[in-house]
Amino acid sequence: MRRTTPYFLLAPALVLFAALFIAPLVYAVYLSLQGSRVANSNTGFGVARTVFVGLANYSSALRDGQLYAGFERLGIYALIVIPITQGLALLFALLLDSARSRMPKFTRLAIFVPYAVPGVTAGIMWGFLYLPQTSPVNYLLSYLGVHNLNLLSSHWIYAALANIVIWGSLGFNMIVLYTGLRAAPPEIYEAAVMDGCGEIRLALRVKVPLLRQTIALTMLFSLIATLQTYSEPTVLSAMTTTISSTFFPLMTVYRYGFSTGQPNEAAAMAILIAAATMIASFVALRVVRSRTERRDA
Amino acid sequence: MTGTTTRRKPILPTAILVLGAIYCLFPVAWLVIASTKSSGQLFGTFTLEPGTGLVSNLRQLFTLENGVYLSWVKNTMIYAFGGAALSTLISAMAGYALAKFVFPGRETFFRFLVAGVLIPAITLAIPQYFLMAKIGLADTYWSVLLPCLVSPFGIYLCRVYASAAIPDEMLEAARIDGASEWRLFWFVAIPVMVPGLVTVFLLQFVGIWNNFLLPYLMLSDPTKFPLTLGLYTLISQGNGQTTLYSALLVGVALSVLPLIAIIMFLQRFWKMDLISGGVKG
Repeated sequence: MRRTTPYFLLAPALVLFAALFIAPLVYAVYLSLQGSRVANSNTGFGVARTVFVGLANYSSALRDGQLYAGFERLGIYALIVIPITQGLALLFALLLDSARSRMPKFTRLAIFVPYAVPGVTAGIMWGFLYLPQTSPVNYLLSYLGVHNLNLLSSHWIYAALANIVIWGSLGFNMIVLYTGLRAAPPEIYEAAVMDGCGEIRLALRVKVPLLRQTIALTMLFSLIATLQTYSEPTVLSAMTTTISSTFFPLMTVYRYGFSTGQPNEAAAMAILIAAATMIASFVALRVVRSRTERRDA
Repeated sequence: MTGTTTRRKPILPTAILVLGAIYCLFPVAWLVIASTKSSGQLFGTFTLEPGTGLVSNLRQLFTLENGVYLSWVKNTMIYAFGGAALSTLISAMAGYALAKFVFPGRETFFRFLVAGVLIPAITLAIPQYFLMAKIGLADTYWSVLLPCLVSPFGIYLCRVYASAAIPDEMLEAARIDGASEWRLFWFVAIPVMVPGLVTVFLLQFVGIWNNFLLPYLMLSDPTKFPLTLGLYTLISQGNGQTTLYSALLVGVALSVLPLIAIIMFLQRFWKMDLISGGVKG
């Protein structure tokens, strides 16, 4: 075994990682510390120059009303999406694992189908299912004399958005949790059943605790994905005016970076979002770990 | 389990799962029906009643802007197959090295690479765009392909799978027989890692196929767009221009059905226990 072999094998990953992760990250930090300021020149005309501005972009980002409002909206949305997705995925996984249902293979595959549908496509599809002129919900309600429902109005928009993402991510989470359940040694279940443990008690007292690490993992991925939600609201914003161009934080970042020509402000916001993601992930992992330890103690 | 066939099956679990299945399949069924409707029928007839506009919708879709839809299909294939294949190879090499070799800096490299999972796509995509623009790569195929090639999660999975699946004795035996390290990787490690690699490939494939933000930032030439971005431009043009909607819907249906078929076929090869933590490294 030559000593250089592992470095050769790692080289493509490391080179690309340096070029496409590290370099952009460093560049984003560099951009975020600069700003264009109008300097007074001798001729009396103001000339815009790029200068080092320290943390000015960060402090203006933190005071940015639109970004702040975007985080508030994202928080409401996350409180709907994450518990419902995880709860339903766990329920379906437990039902499949209990072997108490008919057609387990068909239902499992059917619930997994939306995984194959890209977020943009799901957004377009559900957009039409919400649009009053084409929605089956509105069609049916019109027979009941209800004509003024608009699922894309501000009243319904969180539910409408959350539904698209729940629909898209339910199946994948279910399959991961189901696979985790299958991996547990069957003797554990058999012993519990022999002790007279019912199916529901078995699920709550034995299966869910066994699955906690997998649940922690799916929760963490769900959280990271939620903080980065972009495709679905962007698509819906093309179909309704309810979603503004600064509805979620990432949309505000895009607007600053590419529509209004303020890349420095955008870079600062992007770094703040990265920091928020990391803090949220660490807190989530901490909470899970401390729970686990308490249970083990 | 032997008890399952004799045990009575209550109705509630089946009912809940069937409701879930209907919820997940309904929008796709609606999409297929809606794509057969002319734009008049789309807004005029009952949502679940098939229309008669399929042929004209297809004609409108394929003649749109000199048949740009077919370019989107071709581009998506290039991005998804090319990107997933290359990134799986890179992940396999890195994962194998991290699992089966002891060398200074191993854990540091590993932690570095895996920490990449936590960096949001947008935080990288904005500076990636400015850097790509500087070296003249913005609005090229490379601008979308290159950022997809490193997959921290893929490297992590490959390491876990390689350390669980490749016995050290197998490598030692081949080394004693005089095999080069390169041969060892291709003919001993890779064949054993195939089930894990299929999983990594599929995750990357679906990830790239779904990608919207990156091509949205990088590309401005519609003939280089993937399907997601192309369809998005149709819906944002369609605002108010409802005649485009029926062509758009048939385009959405055509883009989704093959992917569903591929995933349904390939899901049996997935090593899902790799993701759920069942395979221990």
